[in-house]
Amino acid sequence: MKIRLAEIAHARSGDKADWVDFGLFAWNPAGYAVLEREVTAETVAAHFAPWMPGRVDCWPLPNILAIKLVLHDALQGGGARNLRLDNLGKAMAGALLRMTIELDENELAASRAPRVGWWPEPSSPTP
Amino acid sequence: MTKTVRIGSGLGFYGDSWEPVLASIQRGGVRYICSDHLAELTLAILQKDRQRDAALGYARDVVPMLVRLWPAMRERGVRFICNAGGLNPEGAAHALRVAFGTKSWKARIAVVTGDDVLPRLAAGGSGFTHLFNGAAVDTVRERLVFANAYLGARPIVDALAQGADIVITGRVADAALFLAPLVHELGWKLEGARDASDCNKLAQGLAVGHLLECSGQGSGGNFGSLQAWQAIPDLAHIGYPIAEVGDDGAAVITKAPGTGGRINFDTVRQQLLYEVHDPHAYLSPDVVLDMSTSTLSDLGDDRVRMTGASGRPRPEQLKVVAGFHDGHKAEVTWGFSWPDAWAKAQTAIAMVKSQLADRKVPHDELFVEYPGLSSAHGAMSPPAADLAELNEVWVRLVLRTHEKSAADGFGRLFPWMGLSGPAYTCGFHGLHNSGELLGIWPTLIDRASVEPNVRTEIIET
Repeated sequence: MKIRLAEIAHARSGDKADWVDFGLFAWNPAGYAVLEREVTAETVAAHFAPWMPGRVDCWPLPNILAIKLVLHDALQGGGARNLRLDNLGKAMAGALLRMTIELDENELAASRAPRVGWWPEPSSPTP
Repeated sequence: MTKTVRIGSGLGFYGDSWEPVLASIQRGGVRYICSDHLAELTLAILQKDRQRDAALGYARDVVPMLVRLWPAMRERGVRFICNAGGLNPEGAAHALRVAFGTKSWKARIAVVTGDDVLPRLAAGGSGFTHLFNGAAVDTVRERLVFANAYLGARPIVDALAQGADIVITGRVADAALFLAPLVHELGWKLEGARDASDCNKLAQGLAVGHLLECSGQGSGGNFGSLQAWQAIPDLAHIGYPIAEVGDDGAAVITKAPGTGGRINFDTVRQQLLYEVHDPHAYLSPDVVLDMSTSTLSDLGDDRVRMTGASGRPRPEQLKVVAGFHDGHKAEVTWGFSWPDAWAKAQTAIAMVKSQLADRKVPHDELFVEYPGLSSAHGAMSPPAADLAELNEVWVRLVLRTHEKSAADGFGRLFPWMGLSGPAYTCGFHGLHNSGELLGIWPTLIDRASVEPNVRTEIIET
């Protein structure tokens, strides 16, 4: 089945000069295994290509169940000359979480719960 | 016997709130507050201030912030380190001395200078190529407006050794502001760190600094997710992160009791990777950090233990951030409502383009985006289900030009279309909204040409 990354991962983006960087995080080890398989420099570059066709660097970080990504040529040369409202690419992590990935139903269930971090009731989010 | 020190996050940028800092001082048991006021863009803002008034060029919020915090700091012996000096650390210290003087407050203020390397880049000669694309600095040399080297922890450590209550620096690396009190308190080896044991401690300290340098973004602010962000409690009263660091480098990240926000595995690791490129080689002036060996253990109750960072000896060169004039922009936002909102917006854009051509307005680009529809994710936004039925469309038109007069005159192309353009508009916004654009030029410089000029001066108020 196909889902969006947002269903099984969370993310933050930031800027340095003309690069936007992303931290992409699985909720647990099962989700990380899916990310490592589905999220590569090639698949992320293909995802952003209609909008920001820049080179992508990718580093898997199994120690914190994360994928580090950097998208080049993403800010019209840099935040201080970028004409977009989102001149620093802060909203671009959301665009990453739109990415479609392929997994089976068991993987989906295992990727969503349980979560590693401390999310106490009653404020615990419902996935 | 393990020695520990508690350090707290100050501001995360020029304009941040300092009430959470007060909570960390009053209830968080911190000995130091380290405050980062400088993003890449901030130096560009400060440069404009300095052009208007040579006494400015620093992050001016440092004065009201320290007036607010000092009574609580003095009572508890808390010391304060910040890079709010920006392009003019002496100016910041002078303003602070005046403010403290009117209240008869006595403080030892240390001022760190020596990061300004603009004369070196402006002088000509080879070197200073663009760090990312290798371009020659000659292409921007005449247009440079500032150039500052990222200094490391050393001058701050010296200032603390001289008993400074408040340290004001210019362009010190963000995380080095936090590493400095750890080196000072825990007796870590700094310049001479070569072996793994010494480098790993510095790497832990750098990782701690990196987690704390963005204030609330390290404690649940901006937590980016589908739905889970709603579970971050009480962001309105967020507590900024606090680190308790042992002399072996092991750290616990937490926050003051009774504050909002969340410290957990998820919020901490989102910040750990923020604005990092190669996580195996996060460069700083003091150590090279490898995060791939880091362990984050969620202890619950807003406490996360961080251990295991690997360090390698510091790089031979320092990073420089320089800015250069890169043209002008002007922007107007214009709204259109149903019926035919989308079609009318397209006609309006064509009218603007027609005028630019008729008047031969010099420009490089007319950038168009649609706030509320696709400005955040551009071509990756889902297609509007039925553009013809949209209730309203906002168009943001931005002119990029190298002629200031073209930018200043852009707004004058619009008002007449209020009566002679498409109907049912929601008005123009930003008819006088023009400004300067700056390019950022990242490059490297040899330590030996910077560090001998770094000075730490103590001022008594």
